[in-house]
Amino acid sequence: MSRSDVLVDADWAEAHIGDPHVVIVEVDEDTSAYDKGHIPSAVKLDWKKDLQDPVRRDFVDKTGFEALLSARGISDDDTILLYGGNNNWFAAYAYWYFKLYGHDKVLLLDGGRKKWELDSRELSTEVPQRPRTSYTAREQDSSLRALRDEVIDAIGKRNLVDVRSPDEFTGRLLAPAHLPQEQAQRAGHIPTARNVPWSKAANEDGTFRSDEELRHLYEDEAALDFGRDTIAYCRIGERSAHTWFVLHELLGLPNVKNYDGSWTEYGSLVGVPIELGEAR
Amino acid sequence: MSTDGCGAPAGGVSAPATAGSQAIVEGRVTRDGAAVATGYARLLGTGDEFVAEVPLGDDGGFRFFAAPGSWTLRVLAPGGVRAERLVQADYGQVTNVDVTI
Repeated sequence: MSRSDVLVDADWAEAHIGDPHVVIVEVDEDTSAYDKGHIPSAVKLDWKKDLQDPVRRDFVDKTGFEALLSARGISDDDTILLYGGNNNWFAAYAYWYFKLYGHDKVLLLDGGRKKWELDSRELSTEVPQRPRTSYTAREQDSSLRALRDEVIDAIGKRNLVDVRSPDEFTGRLLAPAHLPQEQAQRAGHIPTARNVPWSKAANEDGTFRSDEELRHLYEDEAALDFGRDTIAYCRIGERSAHTWFVLHELLGLPNVKNYDGSWTEYGSLVGVPIELGEAR
Repeated sequence: MSTDGCGAPAGGVSAPATAGSQAIVEGRVTRDGAAVATGYARLLGTGDEFVAEVPLGDDGGFRFFAAPGSWTLRVLAPGGVRAERLVQADYGQVTNVDVTI
């Protein structure tokens, strides 16, 4: 796996608009962004309504994922090109999600919606109609997803990468600064975690930094032991999917998991250790 | 406004906000008096450390729920446009920053 296998630029995307074997999919934090204009031929996935169980805090199950993709006209052998706003947070989350359910050919558009917009490329409000398919997912790949007990057990043993902002890491804020802060949970971070904000992996236009810069960031600046297994987390698991993509897909580290329960779960657990302030 | 998960408000923000116990930084981006609806507002901390980013709303609006202190607001818009303002935020206050590009 290398960068060119998982990441494409806008020229590649433009060249594949209308390609019957490439499905362009927009996934946004602001779920109305698609309706205002999207890459021509792109379909929309709502990260909450489509990808989250409506009752339990969990993903839609395998059957639900199969029903979703079948209804959207996506086949098992299609290449999925994901993009979205917020520097691809939710597109990276969807990428990880597609991989979790075993989809083979998944790509991310470098720079996502932001770079596309800032470059003044074409946006369309036409919603494509794709004929229904019969999609078959695989069982969830547990090698990509960390659950809470595994995270607690990893303290002091594996790399824990907290990708939230420094203010969230130290306990000064409970959520990103564009969201209200009222949350009934404790602030801080998981002991032994290193704080490498997701944003350090991205350029201002939303593209990923070079492999060399990324390797320097995690291995030299953050002193991650690349010989150890790694778990990334944030607040609800989408920013950490961005970092999972960097570590697992771009840098090719073999054992990297995303903890999608993240701080909204960990910071509400009774009895677990929490650290405040800078990393120790 | 959605307060669960990371859901942004549909269609961007709409003014005015009530500060309550929050430290709010908000404003609008305009060009020749018209709202700039395609662009991004970034909130940066000390040393230009990235803190948060939102797409501009249909009315050119943006809003951040910051911590008290000094921040840099940076606006990005098509055509390589970048504009910056220094802002001060405090609990219980709405700091308004309108940006003309």
